[in-house]
Amino acid sequence: MASAGRVHGSPTMPAATFSAEAADGRLRLRFAGRLDAAAAAAQWQQVHAVARDAEHITLDVSDLTSLDSGGAALLVSAAGAEATWEEPRDPGARGVLARFRAGLAGPSSPEERPRSFRPLTRLGAATMRLGGHVQERLGFLGETVLVALAILPRPWRLRWAEMLRHLDEAGTRAFPLCILLGTLIGVILAFQSSVPMRQFGAEIFIPQLVGISLTRELGPLLAGVILAGRTGSAYAAELGTMRVNEEVDALRIMGLDPLAWLVVPRVIASTIVMPALAIVMNVTGLIGMAIVMASLGFPPVAVMNQLAEWLSLGDLAGGLGKAAVFGLIIGYIGCQAGLSAGRGPRAVGDAATSAVVGGIVALVVLDGIFAILFFRLGW
Amino acid sequence: MTENPDAETVITARDVAMGFGGRIIFKDVSFDVRRGEVFVILGGSGCGKSTLLKLLIGLMPPTRGEISVLDGDWTKLEGYARRRLLQRIGVMWQSGALLGSLTLAENVMLPVEAHTKLPEKARALIASAKLGLVGLGDAVGKLPAEISGGMLKRAGIARAMALDPEILFLDEPSAGLDPITSAGLDALILSLARETGTTFVVVTHELQSILAIGDRCIMLDKDAQGLIAEGDPKKLRDESDHPTVRAFFRREAM
Repeated sequence: MASAGRVHGSPTMPAATFSAEAADGRLRLRFAGRLDAAAAAAQWQQVHAVARDAEHITLDVSDLTSLDSGGAALLVSAAGAEATWEEPRDPGARGVLARFRAGLAGPSSPEERPRSFRPLTRLGAATMRLGGHVQERLGFLGETVLVALAILPRPWRLRWAEMLRHLDEAGTRAFPLCILLGTLIGVILAFQSSVPMRQFGAEIFIPQLVGISLTRELGPLLAGVILAGRTGSAYAAELGTMRVNEEVDALRIMGLDPLAWLVVPRVIASTIVMPALAIVMNVTGLIGMAIVMASLGFPPVAVMNQLAEWLSLGDLAGGLGKAAVFGLIIGYIGCQAGLSAGRGPRAVGDAATSAVVGGIVALVVLDGIFAILFFRLGW
Repeated sequence: MTENPDAETVITARDVAMGFGGRIIFKDVSFDVRRGEVFVILGGSGCGKSTLLKLLIGLMPPTRGEISVLDGDWTKLEGYARRRLLQRIGVMWQSGALLGSLTLAENVMLPVEAHTKLPEKARALIASAKLGLVGLGDAVGKLPAEISGGMLKRAGIARAMALDPEILFLDEPSAGLDPITSAGLDALILSLARETGTTFVVVTHELQSILAIGDRCIMLDKDAQGLIAEGDPKKLRDESDHPTVRAFFRREAM
């Protein structure tokens, strides 16, 4: 063990000295003393500037007293492929240099060629990938529907405890947020519309405006956004982590269908919970609106009369039906994103992102479809 | 070089105790690690091996007692002095703990970049040399997700060695590896210890590995809440009369 030659940062040892002698194209670089990473970093530019133009380099490192990997990197890169070495006499430094060379001598990976830019090829590949995604999602939807239908005649097969847990997490725990958002939206809508409506003396119609837009559109839509942000991402992260930990594969091997076990309870829960969230949004929104109306001088009874006259049960039912469909889709997209997550630490984050983005996009697209549908049906 | 009582002491632990929330994991743990030896911390699952390792590398302060690593006490070191000490140790984590978004070479270059002013080319050379030394010369451009578990561990060692540390801490280096890879890793550790004089502190419960590389060991026990044995692992195997130590080395159920 006499060769423990490296003493880190010891102030008593002199830092490396470096000298160069050039004679008819032959360069002699001499290093002595302690060549560590700090010394190598300090001398890097200088050494390379001298060594660049030399035809043949002799590296005299026989008087090095200690060497580390940083120093070895300097020597090896300055030497290039064909240098003559005068090896260090110090056994520790000699060992460091030998190991550094041995590490570089083994098989190395081939240089990566930069890929050429072929726009058409890339467009084609992207299209194929998109097609693959769509196919995958449709396949997953079909499978989920089949599994859910298979459970329908045997309801005891559903994992009720699991579903109740999801109902609690997606529903009860989202109520405070829904109450806050609903009230604020009601207040904002009523207040913003009161300004132009006052010009026509039409403030009394604010309850209709807010009531109809909340029950038919905004209630379900905002509840959907909350569900996508809270629950869709949670489903994706939870299932994605399970997939990364190979728990999903384990379920499959135990003969349990991951769709029946993991997806169906979640999707059912998110479907059930959405109308409830939408109702909370509606009611608190109307309360917020009533507060603004009261401040404008309209008593609650006037607001109630307006609502009773103009709002129909159909408006509410249409909105709640829409909400249930939103819940189904958001839950399904969240689960799908989780179960198709890749491996590795970024996969879970990617899955959660795609669940939220996919959920909200699907929400808006579906809402548009519903708008056309309701219009055609005359609802 | 198995027992060399004259060698310089690089780690001292005195009456170290550790507990979480009123639960004692171990207490009254004292030992010395000498320069250049392969020091093994062993024991069954749940005895606090990995916790002790975290104390030694300064991730957590001990509940009681003192630990000195290369004459530095983590609990008293701050700023520059702490960085200087961090530069002199290397840690290989149980799972490799390589950053998933960086290639193996970039992972190995990270500590070099953090602690030295060497230019990019020098860092890349060091990364290639270290990865070549652990047999990963052909995988420098790969991402951690693209290589096997054994390769991850070796890349973890390469990263731990990037700054030529004086002490290398290895957490379960051979767990989950096949016997051939595991033996190769043991050979690498031995050759590094003998040739570079690097001190190794290895946490493991792999019996063959302990006997192959360990110069000295300490054994922790969950029931005793502390040390139950210290010394040359081969001697402990042959001579110890402590029932847990005997059972451990003979692979018997208790």
